[in-house]
Amino acid sequence: MANVSASADKAAGPVSGSAVRVGGNPFRFLTTLRSGDILAIAPFIIFAVLFLVMPTLGLVVGAFQDRQGNFTLDNLIGLAEPQIVASFWISIRVSAASAVLGAGIGLAIALAIIRGRLPDGIRSAVMTFSGVASNFAGIPLAFAFIATLGRLGLVTVLLKSLFGFDLSRSFNVLSFWGLTVTYLYFQIPLMILIIAPAIDGLKREWGEAAATLGASNWQFWRYVGLPVLWPNLLGTLSLLFANAFGAIATAYALTGSSLNIVPILLYAQIRGDVLHNPGLGAALALGMIVVTAFANIIYLVVRTRAERWLK
Amino acid sequence: MKSSRLWSWIVFGIGALYFLVPLIATFEFSLKIRRGTYSFDAYANVFSDGRFQSAFSYSLIVGLATIVVGILIVVPAAYYVRLRAPQLRPIIEFVTLLPLIIPAIILVFGYIRMYNTSSILPLLGSNFGSDVLLTLAYVALALPYLYRAVDTGLRTIDVQTLTEAANILGANQWTIITRVIFPNIIVAVLSGAFLTLAIVIGEFTIASLLNRQVFGVYMQNVGANRAYEPSALAIVSFIVTWGAMGMIQLLARFAPKTARKD
Repeated sequence: MANVSASADKAAGPVSGSAVRVGGNPFRFLTTLRSGDILAIAPFIIFAVLFLVMPTLGLVVGAFQDRQGNFTLDNLIGLAEPQIVASFWISIRVSAASAVLGAGIGLAIALAIIRGRLPDGIRSAVMTFSGVASNFAGIPLAFAFIATLGRLGLVTVLLKSLFGFDLSRSFNVLSFWGLTVTYLYFQIPLMILIIAPAIDGLKREWGEAAATLGASNWQFWRYVGLPVLWPNLLGTLSLLFANAFGAIATAYALTGSSLNIVPILLYAQIRGDVLHNPGLGAALALGMIVVTAFANIIYLVVRTRAERWLK
Repeated sequence: MKSSRLWSWIVFGIGALYFLVPLIATFEFSLKIRRGTYSFDAYANVFSDGRFQSAFSYSLIVGLATIVVGILIVVPAAYYVRLRAPQLRPIIEFVTLLPLIIPAIILVFGYIRMYNTSSILPLLGSNFGSDVLLTLAYVALALPYLYRAVDTGLRTIDVQTLTEAANILGANQWTIITRVIFPNIIVAVLSGAFLTLAIVIGEFTIASLLNRQVFGVYMQNVGANRAYEPSALAIVSFIVTWGAMGMIQLLARFAPKTARKD
């Protein structure tokens, strides 16, 4: 059965047409296109063009246009305004901090549950919980952290009544660290979900081989484990960065507009043109696209390299 | 070696603390609406609020519409690429990843510029048009997950043989997709559907900028005006997410046993 499907995959040609194909032209399928094929793929293509490609391209073009529609670079130059530079800077810092911490802590937890010889049930429980927590973002997540670390939050109140320690003096949930700690709630689970298969790919034999050759635990990780995981780590790191950089709902519900990260600035711009220049809004969007696209391209490039060892 | 096991427990313990304390704190806070005693009054307030009922049911309806439209777009395309045009695969896969590369706020900004009242296709000019646009925006958000789920489902069945067999029996392409392929990948499609629901049900950014009164926007309003109800909403929303993810786990048990693992 496996053989049949494998050869069928290779011969994936037109069902009723000639079974033997002439090699060469990769777009041969175009010549054998039937109306049914067009109907099958058309909705997807129309949707992608109208609701993904064109709106984004429209913004990119808009970033280079003035109010009359003439070409200009003024919008991009306008991005150098101190307010905008500051918002990019804080966004990048929050995203980087939550990505690095999320990746490090997520890796530690994944290693603990997969290779730490903990009871089997713990692994599946952690994976299930990660699936839920990585999707538990946005407005409710902000509420949860206000109820935990806010001025009347459980942890704040407990620390005060038990140890006389006033958390609100040194830590504010509506700040850089507050936002970072909150973002970790979906960053760590995402890291666990993505890195767990890679850790499973580290073969037991490698550890045994290294031990036979006299390697210590530390040497195994330094010369075998980490180099194999490295592309995965780097890729996931950039994915986590992009994930945090585009997020807005949590920050909006948590800080209102007191912490001016880029998406919140853009939100205010779309709502009420706070920058008093529609072109500048488009330029801001272009800036965001460039940053997240860059992070995602690193992820996609690195992922193809990472798959080499983990088959 | 014993020490490494101890470390594992310590790491696990700290992680568990970080993830469980906010849930406990939120639940505890949601019960404190009456001074000096615990009660479920905050939940009662939320559930009896007419705006909660309308926002939540509106979100559910948009979520279901998103799933239906998403399936209609994704299933035929994934089937076609798998059967006839594997050369198109990298391009199609890249397109399905676009919503992860382009943040939601950028997408909706693009929509507002492209479909405003003075454009060729003024979807934002009417209430119904805005509903349609919101649904399509959610289809875009769900695209990476839905496509992946469907494609994984297709990988576990022998698309080629099924198609040939149906062809010999005289089925046309529509019949093949709806009555042969779709029933075979229904489990995978449903997992994608529940994930879509989990993503869409609390969404805020897009709906808020399109002026749609969804559950996410309602939560934000309550958060700005009330003290204890937001915590109750956070718990409700966590349970909904948990329910959707639980359904996916449950469905995995019904997946074909011969399924190849990724």
